[in-house]
Amino acid sequence: MSVHPLQRGGVAIVGAAESDLGQVAPGLTPVDLMAQAAARALDDAGIALSEVDGLFASGVQTRMASVALAEYLKINPRYQDSSFNGGSVFETMVAHAAAAIQAGLCSVALIAYGSTQRSASMSGSGPARLVGIRGYDPFITPFGPKMPMGAYAMAAERHMYEFGTTREHLAHVAVSARQWALKNPVAWEKEPLTVEQALAARIISSPFSARDCCLVTDGGGAVVLVAADRARSMPKPPAFVLGVGDAVSHYEIHSMPDLTTTATVESSQAAFAMAGITPADVDVVELYDAFSINTILFLEDMGFCEKGQGGPFVASGAIAPGGSLPVNTNGGGLSYGHPGMYGLQLLVEAVRQLRGECGERQIDDCEIAVVHGNGGTLSSQSTVVLGSAATL
Amino acid sequence: MLEQVTKAPLTIYEEHLAKGELAYQHSLAADRPFFFPRVVCPYSGTDRYEWRVSGGLGTIYSRTRLYPRDAESYAVVLVDLDEGFRMMSRVVDAPADAVEIGARVRLAVRPGEQGEPAPFFVLEAA
Repeated sequence: MSVHPLQRGGVAIVGAAESDLGQVAPGLTPVDLMAQAAARALDDAGIALSEVDGLFASGVQTRMASVALAEYLKINPRYQDSSFNGGSVFETMVAHAAAAIQAGLCSVALIAYGSTQRSASMSGSGPARLVGIRGYDPFITPFGPKMPMGAYAMAAERHMYEFGTTREHLAHVAVSARQWALKNPVAWEKEPLTVEQALAARIISSPFSARDCCLVTDGGGAVVLVAADRARSMPKPPAFVLGVGDAVSHYEIHSMPDLTTTATVESSQAAFAMAGITPADVDVVELYDAFSINTILFLEDMGFCEKGQGGPFVASGAIAPGGSLPVNTNGGGLSYGHPGMYGLQLLVEAVRQLRGECGERQIDDCEIAVVHGNGGTLSSQSTVVLGSAATL
Repeated sequence: MLEQVTKAPLTIYEEHLAKGELAYQHSLAADRPFFFPRVVCPYSGTDRYEWRVSGGLGTIYSRTRLYPRDAESYAVVLVDLDEGFRMMSRVVDAPADAVEIGARVRLAVRPGEQGEPAPFFVLEAA
């Protein structure tokens, strides 16, 4: 196996924070939330705003996000990145930031995100809706799928057809996420959810009901990365970047080669190889659960269970509190919150688990966390392995 | 060297649809089809492809059934055409619950939501 060009553990996340979450104060903008999260993350790291020389930002509502945030915070970054490859972009940006720091292109990298999609989509008492970025597409629009839900629904239907996965299996993903969310004070959902309640919900786009779909919330977050040498002198335990991997299989669902296997296979293999780990070494997984099927697909594709066995695996209670593999300990996109792009929130939760800051939901002896981002319609996959100092 | 494009692939596709035909491109280098219409063959990086007209028969690869509160149920599908390419469509003239993965379907060009001809499918009699 070839040696990865990035140094294992060469950089670390030393600051992590959320912006205001849920439904934020009226009038706040996406860049307000980016800046708020950035300031909180820098405070968490004990690094001054003036030291930021690498700026990474993305957003559904914010064009030229790194430029907008540079203006707002009066930063003149030596290195900037406004990549927009879906909700996994923030895992991709961890790799970009690691490369930039190791190449000497910047020394303090700030990655930020903010969204007011819930507030922006609320009209009077109407329901919150996704902020749409899709125009007319002659190969999709005439057929009436609700996108992106329809894409994930067809992946779920094919998984059920090939492997016997059931709606009850999917319900266990939602219920496990809810159980974690009830242990997280900032999670959006506050009420318990049972498998029976999830199964009784009205089907919108089969096999999904609303319980299979992520929330529509406001929110954002930020993380700060520096080189490992500096990270060791920071006030809080660093989360070292042990491995990164990125893969793309398609853009729209009609061009996905196999709806039951995602490019997570390639992204996780690359990240695990760089980190020198196997799934058995992992203490906690934070993965992008835009829809219930995601959790099953990504656990299979990362090798935490056999392909096709994700349904029985989640139904066994393995991913719920007290299970053998804690997954989405903040409550996930399904029950914590999903501000348009969710990938940054995954990083924040993983850092907190590695530091031991998670209170009632804290995992014992948490040394290795896998963060897995998903973008588009199962299109763009990015895996990051984070570890405590003990894993270096 | 790729020649200058005088008619967009999408325009050619739409002209076929207006005649009730489903057209797709076939790579001459790789001897395999590709869909959606493109300027560049993804298998060779060239413009060495030809247009072909599908026989319109295929098999449902996946589906999702939608149940709008104010309209008839319907199924959005991914269809594997017999020529070897996949596309998204919708099964018409059948309720959502009648549409199963593995079912055979036949092309039915009908007006889409903006009145433009679009490639829908009907269930093929068993």
